[in-house]
Formats: sequence, structure tokens, C-alpha cells
Amino acid sequence: MAIIEQIVELIVRAIMQGTPLLFGSTGEILTEKSGNLNLGIPGIMYIGAISGVIGGFFYQNSTSKVITVLAIIIPLLSSLAGSLLASLIYGFLTITLRANQNVTGLALTTFGVGLGNFFGGSLIKITNSDTPFLALSKISAAYRTTLPFANNLGIFGQLFFSYGFMVYLAVVIALAVSFILKRTRIGLQLRAVGESPATADAAGINVNKYKYFATCIGGMIAGLGGLYYILDYSKGIWANDAFGDRGWLAIAIVIFAIWRPNISILGSYLFGGLYILFNYVSVSMNLLPLMQMLPYVVTIIVLVIVSMRKKRENQPPASLGTNYFREER
Amino acid sequence: MNKTAVSTKDYTHVKKAPFITITKRDATSLKRNILVRVIAIIAALVVSSVITLLITGENPIRLFSTVIDGAFGQFRIWGTAQSVAMLLGIALALTPAFKMKFWNTGGEGQVLIGALASALVMMTASSLPHWLACILVVLAGICAGAIWGIIPAVFKAYWKTNETLFTLMMNYVAIQLIKFFLKVADKSGSSTVGPSLLQYGRLPVIFEQQYMLNIIVVAVLTAMMYIYLRTSKHGYEIAVVGESENTAKYIGINVKKVIIRTMALSGALCGLIGVLLVGATSYSIDPNLAAGNGFTAIMVSWLAKFNPIIMIFTTLLIVVLSRGAENVSMTLGLNKSFSDILTGIILFFIIGCEFFINYKIHFNIAKKESKEVEFNGNN
Repeated sequence: MAIIEQIVELIVRAIMQGTPLLFGSTGEILTEKSGNLNLGIPGIMYIGAISGVIGGFFYQNSTSKVITVLAIIIPLLSSLAGSLLASLIYGFLTITLRANQNVTGLALTTFGVGLGNFFGGSLIKITNSDTPFLALSKISAAYRTTLPFANNLGIFGQLFFSYGFMVYLAVVIALAVSFILKRTRIGLQLRAVGESPATADAAGINVNKYKYFATCIGGMIAGLGGLYYILDYSKGIWANDAFGDRGWLAIAIVIFAIWRPNISILGSYLFGGLYILFNYVSVSMNLLPLMQMLPYVVTIIVLVIVSMRKKRENQPPASLGTNYFREER
Repeated sequence: MNKTAVSTKDYTHVKKAPFITITKRDATSLKRNILVRVIAIIAALVVSSVITLLITGENPIRLFSTVIDGAFGQFRIWGTAQSVAMLLGIALALTPAFKMKFWNTGGEGQVLIGALASALVMMTASSLPHWLACILVVLAGICAGAIWGIIPAVFKAYWKTNETLFTLMMNYVAIQLIKFFLKVADKSGSSTVGPSLLQYGRLPVIFEQQYMLNIIVVAVLTAMMYIYLRTSKHGYEIAVVGESENTAKYIGINVKKVIIRTMALSGALCGLIGVLLVGATSYSIDPNLAAGNGFTAIMVSWLAKFNPIIMIFTTLLIVVLSRGAENVSMTLGLNKSFSDILTGIILFFIIGCEFFINYKIHFNIAKKESKEVEFNGNN
């Protein structure tokens, strides 16, 4: 029985670890499908997190009685606004000004991580606390509300109903993006833009509009990953650099999932599990870094296999990383 | 005359020309090139000082003097020179790959793996004479870096595997390998392996100045890279492959060979910087040894349009700004991430200004009105 309990706990924790990765990778897939390789996603996730935290912080400090609905909506909206602005910076530079995508993305990551840590640090200072972190316990409680009957259902309830709403939101968004990309006209046109913008343009599709929307919506989805990590996973505690390299891991999952958000659900939970597996397997602490290396190695292997098999539907979007300029055809 | 004026008016009703059209410039004058960049940097500085002003309420003049002091102050100038040397070195290393349009985002990992290999030699080469240990330290680092560069290159050359993502992932493999090394090498569980363990084969200190060796090596590297890319056959092949792989094939260049050879060079030079960081600078290793310079170097190299000489200035710009911003946040008691925000803003401006160098913007409505005025005048 103890083993089953441990396995259930591992799965539950893997799902919780995987959720920020799922938000991040879904957002990045949507962005990459338009041909934009946004390496700024790690930065955007920091910005999404800190914007939500700032919103929550001011709400929690402004009232004595925190209303659950507002406690959820205010950080959510401020997080979305923050990631939208960050994505617009990237979009404006790469789409309108046609700047190099890699350089812009990396600059955005520098900027975003700096912004997160700076304002996180400043809020910690405002609260005059002795601890080097910031706790939004009331806001977090709202985010961590689970379904009331979750505890009565035993293992089943623990596996499926023991999470805050954002875990389900991540899955719903991933499935929705998957559906839109595969089954709708908008998705078809978006994929056309990512594969061959010149062809899409000739077919009368507004390339820039699609690129802007995909980049901004993708960025907003990714930003939610940062928000989830702070307000749900780490119980509303902001500590500088705590989010770590999860943004890069999300980009890795995009490859692992061969640009499909529905596979990304499994990929995220798998990578999330690998991230915490060391808690459950009795290996010496020395081997811990090697285990944390696994997600990256697996990603490289997938990348290589996909490129070797040359199956057309598994390839990265053909125009990934390049900008479109009509006059240059 | 009157008739033509009417007819153009009619056409504008039928089909509206877009308000803004953008065309690519053929060539830009050096003057314009410099002017646009200077304006962008000034605009960036204005925006960042306004932001600093809003956050701190500090006088902007004092702010700039703090920046200058942070970069060139009495005790900081050598540190600045060292930072410039290391960042420039990595940027130079990445440049041949970039010229080939091979987006090597793995500089960080190639530096780290080079550093790791040298550290291994420095820890174990106890029985060797010092000169031999030194050579081994350098060779180990260079080879490790080269291997880290060759792996993605082979897959790119033969199977067109996406190199940006591949090299990006290799960074994290290298980081975890170093963490593993720290756990195995240092039983105390410290987060760095320090000078007490890395004793053998330390590179010589020249002119009694800790950073002199690094600076000289990178200076030589800059000149050599300039010559290599400008005048050598390899440099020519790299440029052709970068412009068009098909053209390269037609004129008989072995594209696969060029890709692999260039990435070996790129990785090896990154590895060399790793050697310098461990073997000549700190005698210690930790996962943050390269301090994100592998990523910053991408921007440095790109901003310089892959020209090694201009790269000196772009490196200087980035280093002065970030060290200056560090000093600002220190003296104002701000959190040190503030410098990242300022660096980011400045980069956005410099990245964005490229557009105004490469493209020309025409405002159509203004032109049309002036034409009509002309017609009327003739009438």
C-alpha cells in the first residue's frame, strides 16, 4: 500500500511541477507555429509571474477582507497584461521592425528575469520583512481552492481533483490550442504562415496579423505558467530566481512534443516528474544533477530522431526563426 | 494638366495605396549607420534614466557619473577590462558560426565544458611537470569545447537538425555535468570547486597582472579572427555557405565539411575562454562561471554585424552599461537585477534601430498631396 501511495504522490507532484511547463510550452508552440522562435519565453514567464504577484500584493494589502473571486481575477488580469506587454515588445521588434529573433528573444529574457527579480526584491523591501521572500498567503489560498468532494474520493480524488483550477486551465488551453491548430480555418492559416509566409501572403492571409496574434496570445499563455508557479505551486511565496530554468525546459518540451500541444500535456508531466523523481528514488545525491540532465538529453534525442525520420508532419515550422518581408520574395 | 490631376484623384478612389511602404536600402552610408546607432543609444539612455528617475528620484547627471565610475573607476578598470576580454572572446568564437547562418546559442555550454575539462586536469595532474600540465589544461579545454560544437554541427550537416534548439539544450547538459562534478569532486557539498582543489597546471601570470594573459589572448584572437574571416579561404567558404548553401554546392564547396569545421573552431574558441576563466582567472569552477556571457555574446556579435573590430566597441558598450548599472544599483541600494532591466532596455533600442538602417520608409499621403499641389500650381 505504501508503494501505491508513493506512486500517487509522485504523479500528483509531477502534474503540479509540469503545469508551468505546460503553460509555457503551449504558448511557445502557438508562437512557433507562426514562424516566430520566441526565446524570450523564459523572460515572459517571469514577467507574467511578477505582474500577477504585484496585482495580488496590492489587492491583499488594500483590503482586510479578501474576496475569493477578486483574489483570483486581479492577479490573473495583471499577469495577462504584463505578459501581453512583454510579447508586444518582442512582436514589434521582430514582426514590424524585422529584428533578429534569437537576439530579440534573448534580450527579452534578460529583461524579463531582471524585471521579475527587481520588482520581487522591491516588494520584499516594502513589506519590511526579515525573510528574503514575499508571501501572498490569502491570494494563494484562493488559487489553491480545490473541489469540495476531492478528499472523499480516495486515490481517485487525489489523482484527479486535488489541484487548483489553473492545473485544469492548462490542460483545457492545451487541448483548445491543439484543436484550433488542427481543425479550424484559423489554425490552418496560422500553420500556413509558419510554413511559408510568402505562400500564405499570396493566398490573401494577413501574415503580420497572424504573427502578432500568435506571439501575443502565446506569450500570455506562457505568462500564466509563471503565475501558477508562484500563486499555486509555491503557495504564494515569491523568492528571487526561484522559477529557475523552467522557461528553457518549456522550450525543450515544444521539441519533445513535436509542436503538438496535446502531446505537450504528457511531455510536461513527464518532465515535471523527472524534475522531482530524485525525491522518490533512492540514489545517492551525487547522481542528482545527472537525473536533472535527463529532460535535456531526451529533448536532444527527440530533436535528432525527428530530423532523421524526415516525416513531414513532425518537422519544425519551415520558416521558424526567419522574418517575413514581402518585398524580398 | 487639369485632366491629369483629376485622373490621379480618381485612381486614389479606386485603389488606395498603403499609407506606409517600406523598401530595403541597397547600401547605407557609414555616416547614416553611425548616426542612427548613436541616436538609438541616446534614446535608450534617456528612457533608462527616466525609469531610474521614476523609481529612485535620483538626479540623472549623478546617475551617469555613477555609471562611468562603475566602469572606469580606479579599482574597477581592471575588472572592466577582464569582463570585456571574456565577453569579446566568446563573441569572437561565435562569429564564424553566425556568419555561416548557424545559430550557435550554445556558447555558454561550450565555455563551461571547456572549463570543466581544464578543471579535471588541474585537479589530477599532480605528477606532471608544470609546463606539461599547462599545455594539457589548455588542450583539454579546447578539445572539450570543440566536441561540444561538433556534435550539433554533425547533425545539422547530415540531417538538418535545428541547430538553435540543439545547441541551446547542450548548455543545460553542460551545466548539469558541472553540478555533477562539484558533487563528486568536493565532498563538503559546496557550490563551487575552489582554488584549494585546482592546484596544478595554472597558467602563468604575466606582468604581475592577474587579467593580463586573458586580455592579450583575446586581443590576438580579435586580430586573427578578423584576418581569418576577411582574407582566408575558410573565411570565404563560410561567407558563401552563409549566403546560400546551393551556391556553395555549385561552386564546389563541401558544405558539410565547412559546417563541421566551423563549428569545431567556434566550440574550440569557446572552450579556450573556459580555460582562461578557470586556469588563469579564478582557479575555481561553478555552473555560473560564464555568467550568461554565452548568451550576451550572441547579441554582441550580432550587433557588430559579425565584424571583429566593431565587436570591440559593442562589447565595450554592453560591459560599461552593465557594470555601470550595477554600480548604480549598489550606490542607490537597489537590487542588482536593476542592471539587467537597463541592459534589456538598451538592447531593445539597439536591436530596433537596425530597421532604420536597413529599410527606408515612405509616407505615401504626404507625397500625393505635394504632387497635387504641384499640379494646381501649374494650372
